[in-house]
Amino acid sequence: MTGATEQDFAPSSIRPRPVRSLYAGNARAVMLRGWRATASTNWLVVVSGLFEPIFYLLAMGIGLGTLVGAVTLSNGQEVSYPAYIAPALLAVAAMNGAIYDSTWNVFFKMQFAKLYEGMLSTSLGPLDVALGEILLALLRGALYAVGFQLVMQVLGLNLSWWALLALPAVLLIAFGFASAGMAVTSYMKSFQQMDWINFIMLPMFLFSATFYPLSVYPQWLQYVIQAMPLWHGVELVRGLTTGDVNWGLLWHVLYYAVMIVVGLVVTTKRLRALFLD
Amino acid sequence: MPAPVIVARDLVKKYQDFAAVDGISFEVASGESFGLLGPNGAGKSTTMRMVGAVSTRTSGELGILGLDPDVHGPEIRSQLGVVPQSDNLDTELRVRENLLVYGRYFGLPRKLVAQRADELLAFAQLEGKEKARVDALSGGMKRRLTIARALINDPRILLLDEPTTGLDPQARHILWDRLFRLKEQGTTLLLTTHYMDEAEQLCDRLVVVDKGTIMAEGSPAELIRAHSTREVLEVRFGSDHNAEVGARLARAQGADGHRVEVLPDRVLIYSDNGEAELVKITEAGLRPVTSLVRRSSLEDVFLRLTGRSLVE
Repeated sequence: MTGATEQDFAPSSIRPRPVRSLYAGNARAVMLRGWRATASTNWLVVVSGLFEPIFYLLAMGIGLGTLVGAVTLSNGQEVSYPAYIAPALLAVAAMNGAIYDSTWNVFFKMQFAKLYEGMLSTSLGPLDVALGEILLALLRGALYAVGFQLVMQVLGLNLSWWALLALPAVLLIAFGFASAGMAVTSYMKSFQQMDWINFIMLPMFLFSATFYPLSVYPQWLQYVIQAMPLWHGVELVRGLTTGDVNWGLLWHVLYYAVMIVVGLVVTTKRLRALFLD
Repeated sequence: MPAPVIVARDLVKKYQDFAAVDGISFEVASGESFGLLGPNGAGKSTTMRMVGAVSTRTSGELGILGLDPDVHGPEIRSQLGVVPQSDNLDTELRVRENLLVYGRYFGLPRKLVAQRADELLAFAQLEGKEKARVDALSGGMKRRLTIARALINDPRILLLDEPTTGLDPQARHILWDRLFRLKEQGTTLLLTTHYMDEAEQLCDRLVVVDKGTIMAEGSPAELIRAHSTREVLEVRFGSDHNAEVGARLARAQGADGHRVEVLPDRVLIYSDNGEAELVKITEAGLRPVTSLVRRSSLEDVFLRLTGRSLVE
């Protein structure tokens, strides 16, 4: 260690490195811990999450879809109902995986297991912990999304070669939700407060142009939904899997980029305030 | 004396208006075993957190291994082993995994960590428990695992916050033995405790802390010499007579220059010769129900300095 030989207390002798006190470049160790913990305790729970969007696709898309018929996209293209909702469910799969890990699991580790207290008494910094946990949550979202897209492929619901880009898109979506989820959770103190997350997630899932176009809503409600993160994910992925690609999709990418950065910054600050006061 | 590894000068930590630590100064030499003694709420744990570079000071100077924890937190933490007051072992991982994963937090190579994990499991007398669940361990085993975990990075300073609180006597003695071995190997120990026997067993030097300030400093023997007498005579006269007889004794003994403490159940007379005082008392015609002459302990010093009233 370079520091150990320093005998001088004067701060001028060594330059302060504010970033280094936040980040040791070792988010990997936090992720490794997550994998080991998952492998030894709850991997079945993790795998079970794969099936939720598939059940929705079968029930709503294939079942209900026979009554609905085709849907016309904004570019005039007609697609089958399953092909319309499948990309939305793909975005939801990424969101759910990321949210499970970054909210309830993080809440437990923070409030009860004192896991972060232990981590932050090592050479890890708060950004290592935030990044490690968020990337882990992202991977869970990615796992669900990849599984779901394989099902889409088998059912012939990927209508364009652009669908290949849906994979990086869902990674972005999972990253955004994981980042924002952990940031919000870091302010939560009780189970009652955590329930508010569910209270917001469910309507967002149902109403973000997931099962029908946004145009059925009055204008003001459309604005509200367009402010929500899931709508951007649904639009981005739907554009890619149906081949309805235009420059406007980049706005959705930007939305998630901002969400990721803000989430990471807030989480890092909160971890520092909570455990390195 | 080797260069100090911990230097604190006028260390202050305030939470809003409340000063948890109110101007503490001490130095710990390399290889020394140093104790912070004090009642609950004295500021011990807050001091430990500042030394552990997980809490920033409000004012004063603090140097750990020559570095300022406000600026070089990660570098300092990489050289520390931390045993917190309540175990925060990773209950989602098995016993050996706890060590492996913790070692990786320091960025240590996998092979090195695996080798150290096995050595430390042996040191902590946890062989055969490698694959056990943490929740299934006894309190003493959890504590030893926490200590093993704190040693995974081969720290230069080990911080122990009330290491044996809540353990039964057997478990405490095993733990003391392990800590004594570390001390023999030259590890610097900084520990907090409110057990006097623990402080006498483990500490070369200690400070008595109360209400965020230092009341006394020295080795256990020095503190007893400075703040108490060689012996203490404890006499009981039964609850009904205790106060009355106590007052009489206080006048008589006080005139001899001895300190007398009248407690609800007994009277303590501080003297270098307890037997002689007992003889004087019986010669004066007093008949104690029970009497006991004992050596002064750190507990006498502690109670004298921090008072007998309950701090809550």
